[in-house]
Amino acid sequence: MSQGIAITGMGIISAIGNNVAENYNALISEKKGISRVSKTATIHKNDIMVGEIAYTNQEIEAILNLPPENNYSRTALLGAIAAKEAIRNAGVTDIKDYKTGLISATSVGGMDMTEKYFYQYLEDKSTQKYIEGHHAGDSTQKIAEQLGIEESLVTTISTACSSAANAIMLGARLIKAGKLDRVIVGGADCMSKFTINGFKTLMILSDTYNTPFDNDRKGLNLGEAAAYLVLESDDIVRAENKTVLAYVKGYGNANDAFHQTASSENGDGATLAMEKALQIANYKPEDIDYINAHGTATGNNDLSEGRAIMRVFGENVPEFSSTKAYTGHTLAAAGAIEAVYSILALQHNVIFPNLNFKTQMAEFSITPQLTLQEKPLKTVMSNSFGFGGNCSTVIFSKEA
Amino acid sequence: MKNVYINSVGSVSAQKTTHATDFLTDIISYNETVIPAIDPVYKDFIPPAAARRMAKGIKMSIVASKLALEKAGLNNVDAIITGTGMGCLRDSEKFLSSIIDNDEAYLTPTPFIQSTHNTVGGQIALEIQCTGYNFTYVHGSNSFESALLDAKLQLELSEAQNILIGGVDEIGDYTILLNKTINHIKKEPVKSSEIINSQTKGAVFGEGANFFVVSNESNHASLARIEALELYNTLPIQSVAQRARQFLKANNLNTADVDALILGNNGDVEFDIYYDELASGDFKNAQQLVYKPWVGEFHTASAFGLVLAAIILKTQKAPREFQLNSIVSSHFKTILLYNQYRGENHSFTLLRQC
Repeated sequence: MSQGIAITGMGIISAIGNNVAENYNALISEKKGISRVSKTATIHKNDIMVGEIAYTNQEIEAILNLPPENNYSRTALLGAIAAKEAIRNAGVTDIKDYKTGLISATSVGGMDMTEKYFYQYLEDKSTQKYIEGHHAGDSTQKIAEQLGIEESLVTTISTACSSAANAIMLGARLIKAGKLDRVIVGGADCMSKFTINGFKTLMILSDTYNTPFDNDRKGLNLGEAAAYLVLESDDIVRAENKTVLAYVKGYGNANDAFHQTASSENGDGATLAMEKALQIANYKPEDIDYINAHGTATGNNDLSEGRAIMRVFGENVPEFSSTKAYTGHTLAAAGAIEAVYSILALQHNVIFPNLNFKTQMAEFSITPQLTLQEKPLKTVMSNSFGFGGNCSTVIFSKEA
Repeated sequence: MKNVYINSVGSVSAQKTTHATDFLTDIISYNETVIPAIDPVYKDFIPPAAARRMAKGIKMSIVASKLALEKAGLNNVDAIITGTGMGCLRDSEKFLSSIIDNDEAYLTPTPFIQSTHNTVGGQIALEIQCTGYNFTYVHGSNSFESALLDAKLQLELSEAQNILIGGVDEIGDYTILLNKTINHIKKEPVKSSEIINSQTKGAVFGEGANFFVVSNESNHASLARIEALELYNTLPIQSVAQRARQFLKANNLNTADVDALILGNNGDVEFDIYYDELASGDFKNAQQLVYKPWVGEFHTASAFGLVLAAIILKTQKAPREFQLNSIVSSHFKTILLYNQYRGENHSFTLLRQC
């Protein structure tokens, strides 16, 4: 059970960079990607801050060489960019040489186009191509097409903000069970008026830079992003003499069964998810060197997650930080971008700082890592929690 | 590896499927372009105050899941895995139209919260206090099949013993209008019995929730064994028959072993040709059944197909209204299902008698 699944490639696009190298440079130079809204038409643009990706849709369409009649949502565009980088990074030249699948996560899917053309659809024929691009699975089908994955297992997971962590988990299980030899796993979510207004009604959007695990945190910043990992079987790694970036060592999903949106006070679901992941990895809590926390900077999440971490790790909580101050909360993509950050942490033996922190939380004594820290890392735990009580933990390791 | 069984089903559909006594006895014929599911008596399953806040998809799913759990004699399960093509469509439409109509003002959070794709999975977990694994798949016409595949994997490897799986989609008025605009829904109403031969573009849409308790332990009530399942994101029409043969061969079967072929025909002249590859080819001598003319097309309609297959294997009877050809099998041991929507997201599912 404790044999890890090899990660041989990764790709990412987020508010702090259009590829893995740019993201890493921003992380170590403590450069945030949070700004006022510039690409989404919303009345809230002066009272919230977000993590936007620099590219316009037209720029990405040009990079992907898409014909003008294409009906890609921004989710599909971002996903295609990141997934293609992952494939290149894994040195895959012929995607059909092994049985390859795609598991992608999204929460908004094609909502960005639907909200733009909702009423126009009925009259304006030129916009109607986006109608069938609305459903969440459509962005995944397009990413598969961009990668050349045909006649294979392709599916989409949508469990709110834990979605991409769950995609990684399913991918690892499919390789373990021998159902696939290679699988691209991750997620994509673009910014939309729908999510901005949704989180606004829940009153959990900060009007300034988000401050994870700070006593005076005011809520989250939404972000847009996409990231993918390439997972490959040991047979491929051996046969192709592949460089392994890290391993998916453990994973756990559990349900809080407490409330449709809020986390339980003591993080029951989160505790279960972390415990399950440790069990699959065959690790004890002390084997974890760093936790990339979910840390959305909402009052509810950071308290519940912090308490859950203390329940699992007791007196010996390892260094932990949330990278959401850099990128914003990228919803269904969060588990994948933080997987990339966890792997970068392992590769460079560095812990990324929890930016914007000023005041210790009153409810407990644990404090996130506040400065960039070099430390030999063997293992990183990454948490992702979502609506519907969905709690997920993935553990990455240097050794199989 | 352990076998995987369907131990119970719970179905809310456009047919009579919520009561054991008249389950699919009198098949209802429709003459519509959109067929809503028959509302069960929700208050028998959900407190009215809670039900008022829920859209139809959530309510149908709670009823279907409670029926499945009750029939399996279970209060809880090890995991809940749902599939939904469009998610909670009514709440999405409601929230989006109020954003646009009110220029982002005067919004309330409930429709946003309930628009999340995993609302149903989360609600069922809350309802039965299930803290186990909880996944939601949203991949068009392979949404439910992805849930089934995930459950099968866990049960075969003994990672779980009982899993609640289900497929749900609800009708949303505005989405219906949009689908009519782009001819994904037929222009004119068609009688259920005439949908297959309608020769027109688009399907008759529907909705429903079909849930199952699947387990690696069979009992006297088990309906069927789930032998195998394959999903394809794409499949060229000329490969359909070959893939079906390969699929059977991988399970040591050939086309003659199939007692009934259950197809996902929806009467769309542009895409039913995929089914014709099997119906008038390799399987022309097998009994053929279709169900979408009677429950409508939706991304998770194929979960109703699985209900039908399981019931046929258990009762050894098939509703004659669903018959596509004139061949009738003397017994049902092996059933093959094939589904796709608009030429994408194809699946083959193989069921055997317990």
